[in-house]
Order: sequence, then structure tokens, then C-alpha cells
Amino acid sequence: MLDQKQHVKLPEGSLEKDTTTLNLGPTHPATHGVFQNILEIDGERIVSAVPTVGYIHRAFEKIAERRPYYQITPLTDRLNYCSAPINNMGWLMTVEKLLGIETPKRVDYLRVIIMELARIADHLICSSVMGVDTGALTGFVYVMTYRELIYEIYEEICGSRLTTNIGRIGGFERNFTPAAFAKIQRFLDEYPAVLKEFETLLTRNRIFMERTQGIGGISAERAMSYGFTGPNLRAAGVDYDLRVANPYCSYEDFDFSIPVGTTGDCYDRFQVRNAEMWESISIIRQAMEKLKGLPDDVYHADVPAYYLPDKKDVYTKMEALIYHFKIVMGEADILPGEVYNAVEGANGELGFYLISDGGRSPYRLHFRRPCFIYYQAYPELIQGAMLSDAIIVMSSLNLIAGELDA
Amino acid sequence: MSLTNERIQQRLTEKFGDVLTGFEEPFGLLTFTAQKDYNLKVMQFLFDDEELRFRFLTDITAVHYPDRKNEELAVVYHLHNFQDNIRLRMKVFVPVASPKVFTATKLFESANWMERETYDFFGIEFVGHPNLIRVLNVDEMTYFPMRKEFPLEDSSRIDKDDEMFGRGGTF
Repeated sequence: MLDQKQHVKLPEGSLEKDTTTLNLGPTHPATHGVFQNILEIDGERIVSAVPTVGYIHRAFEKIAERRPYYQITPLTDRLNYCSAPINNMGWLMTVEKLLGIETPKRVDYLRVIIMELARIADHLICSSVMGVDTGALTGFVYVMTYRELIYEIYEEICGSRLTTNIGRIGGFERNFTPAAFAKIQRFLDEYPAVLKEFETLLTRNRIFMERTQGIGGISAERAMSYGFTGPNLRAAGVDYDLRVANPYCSYEDFDFSIPVGTTGDCYDRFQVRNAEMWESISIIRQAMEKLKGLPDDVYHADVPAYYLPDKKDVYTKMEALIYHFKIVMGEADILPGEVYNAVEGANGELGFYLISDGGRSPYRLHFRRPCFIYYQAYPELIQGAMLSDAIIVMSSLNLIAGELDA
Repeated sequence: MSLTNERIQQRLTEKFGDVLTGFEEPFGLLTFTAQKDYNLKVMQFLFDDEELRFRFLTDITAVHYPDRKNEELAVVYHLHNFQDNIRLRMKVFVPVASPKVFTATKLFESANWMERETYDFFGIEFVGHPNLIRVLNVDEMTYFPMRKEFPLEDSSRIDKDDEMFGRGGTF
């Protein structure tokens, strides 16, 4: 067998050069998603990286051009699937902005609760996966219990867990049940102790600090040039948070602070996310407090032309039947207009650029997907780092393949 | 003093005159159209000017309007001034026969992939871009799928005999 001649065709010049080409991904388990990077490495140092994206591109922008507005909400679920409710709310608020719908305060507060729970779920994954990539699986398994609880809360509200399709144009499809509030309360009671314990596992852990400090750092100026937003930008020291800069959904009623870092490295990103989880807990608490003073049967705006009526009204009232028919057939009157609306997603500024020509579906819908934009910085962040650092930098950026590829 | 839409419009018209047209404010966002050879000059001015300071590129995308003769494609830029927290939207119309605008990659690193995406889906050629290749679609693709001449399949068509998905045939 040995004398049989091997016909291996190598790319030209690959024997002469001093570096090794390494294919990291697209299906490597440590990349947490479908990301391919062609690395040039010298020993274990990374010389350069060329990222390839688009493996799970599903043409949502094109599909959206044929769908009635209410059918686009499930498409947004599949962008950042770790915090689908934020995407849903962002989209619904974009449509509401176009249509000029004012939502009642109670709807806003309920939405804030859901969005902040989603932010916690998303940050929880990112922070704990950073632990996994540095060799600490325990924290990850431990906090998953509480992501599970958040998913149960979603389930109680809308019936689904991961891709939630939560909310409708104008509000929610149904009121929060007492069981949902009880679960939110249970989360608020139990989670702070868990988060504290999770932080004690990693924050001052020597191994974790050595693995993350000074790795994948970026200056505020470069981060802005690369279009960083969200926790990654704040870790670099820019206090830009849409919830404060352009308050939406009554965020101006809440009292919270924006944590910032200094060096923009993996450790700062981890710290910023953890600090944000504490702020989110405080926001949910405030929202629960505020809800007590409001009538408890309001869960949508009074916009019969866009909000599906109650089923019993459909069977007994003519107007409700007409609206029901028009909405389901996608014939609700949408005004022509052009609107850009952004929300603070869990990993950055999630923008919706919507052009309506008055037809049943958008003329054009573009998603500003934060991680598509900041993933460009990845080769710069890992240049000169070790191969194992590349993995941590990737997980600390909170890249979600579904959002990146749209 | 915080920057206002009127002040931005005033500064821009002082500098560029009738190169910029169609100023409007849909939903409070200052929107204008720039002539196609001026997109980079306007962005450079917005970036450098000590008063305007639009130094964050939020988004680049394009829109296809097949009915507008010689300006079928619109390239849309969203810029953001962090200090004064104000945004603006700039549009550049180009003919579909030669969709060329200048690249913004020298000003913003983030423009690189945004322009590649816009090229990928609309075929806008960004003159001076360092690596203008497809980013999300496969390299072998020969067309630009987000243009309006590629409609999605009509969901009510019945000429397709597809037993598995219950379309066509006898119900």
C-alpha cells in the first residue's frame, strides 16, 4: 500500500510559505453557529483571517416583500433567535410608527418586561458560553435553568419558546395571565442570587481573567468606525444606548444606568453584559411596580383596523367580522411612507428600514443587523492572538448566525 | 446648542447648493437626495465638519424603483451624529444600466460589508471598494436577487403539479 503514489493536489505556493492555513468552521462546535474563518497561522499565532458568511441566508428581506405586515413578525424571530421578542417588538413598533399608533402605557410596560427578559436570556447565553470556551462548563449548565424559566414565561404569554412571534400590531394577542406574572415574580425572586453566584464563579477567577483580559480589545474610535453598537461598543467606553438616546416604548419612565467598559476587550464585554443584566432586573422590577397602578385589562391599543378583534365579536358583530377579514387577508390599509426605527437589541442597534407604497406588503424592508456589521472587525480583533483566543473573541462578540445572515 | 434639522439643511445648502435636493423630514428624520457623483463628498463634509460631526454610519442599503427612468436604483445611507444624537438619511439615485457610486470605505470601516451586501443584492458598483464581491449569496450567482424583476413565486398559481405540498391537481 505504501508504494502507491499519492495524488494530493496542494494549492500553488503552499509548500514554500511559512504559515499554515487553517479552516476554522463552518461547522466547528466552538464557533456556536455557522461561521467559517480561513486563518493563516504561524505556529499558534494568527497572522490573518478571512471570514466567510452567508451559510444560513434565507432571503428574509425578499420574502417580506410579499407578505402582509402581520406575517413578517415570525420572520423577525429568526434573526436573533436568542432574543426573539426584542426583534418582534422592534418590528411591531416600526409598523406602529408608520401607522401612527399610540400604545397605552400598560402595553409599553408589558413590552419592556418582555424585552428585558429577552435581553437577560441573550446576555446569559453569551456570558456563560464565554465561560464554556475558557473551560468552565458549570456556570453554563447552572444558568440554563433560568433561561428555561424565561422561556416558560414566553410560553405562558404567547405559547411558544424560541421563535416567539410575541405581540401584535398595537399590543399583545392576549393579556398576561396570573401564572405569567407569578413566573416573572419567581424569576425576580430567584435569579439575582443565581446571577451573583455565576459572577463569583468567573468575574474574579484567575484563569478566566488571564484568558480574557487584553484579548480582542478595540479602541472606542475603531469600534465606532466598525459600526459597533450595543454592549460591544459600550465595552469600548462609548455610552451609547438607544433606550436612553432615543427612548422608545416608555423607557424614559425607568431609572437605570448604562454600564461602560474601558478597553473593549473580552473581559470588559463580559462585565458590561453582566452589569446590564442587573440593570434589566431592576427595570423589570420597576415595570412590575408601575403595572400595579394601571387598569389590568388593557393589553392592546384601540386600533380595530389593524388589531385582530376578539373571536366572539367576529361571530356576533359585523364590524369586527369586516376587520377580521381585512386583516387576515392582508388588506388592512397601510399608509405610504418611509420610516427607520431602531431598538436596542441584545447585541446592538437593531434597525428596521421600511418603505411602504400603500400596498399589502412592504415595498422594501431592510434589517440593520448589528452583528453583520461588527463581525467585519473580527480579523482585526484576533490578529496576533493565539488560536484559542480566536474562539473566545468570537463568543464574546455575541454573534448570532441567524441575524448575521438574515 | 444642539443641532437641528434646519441647521443641517442650512449648512449643507451653503456648501453644496443645488447638488442636494428633495429635503424632507418623514417622521422627523432629515432626508435628502444627492447627485450621484457627490455622495462621498457630502459624507466627507458631514464627517469632517466640526459642527455636523456625522461620524457613525448606521446603514447602507438600496431600493429598486423600476419605473423611474434613469434613476432606477436608490442607494440609501443612514448617518448618525452621536454627540448631538441626530440622524439623517441620504439617497443617491443611479441608473440601473450603470449603477456606480463612490465607496465610503475610506471614511467608515463598517461600510465594507454593507456595500458588499448592497452589491450582492442590487448590483450597485461601489467605485474604489477594496474587495467588492458577494457576501451572503454564492459566488456563482449571476443576477442581483433583490431587484424587482425577480418576483417571488405567486402563491396562488395552480399550474405546478406538486403532490407533496398540495398545490395543483385535484383537491
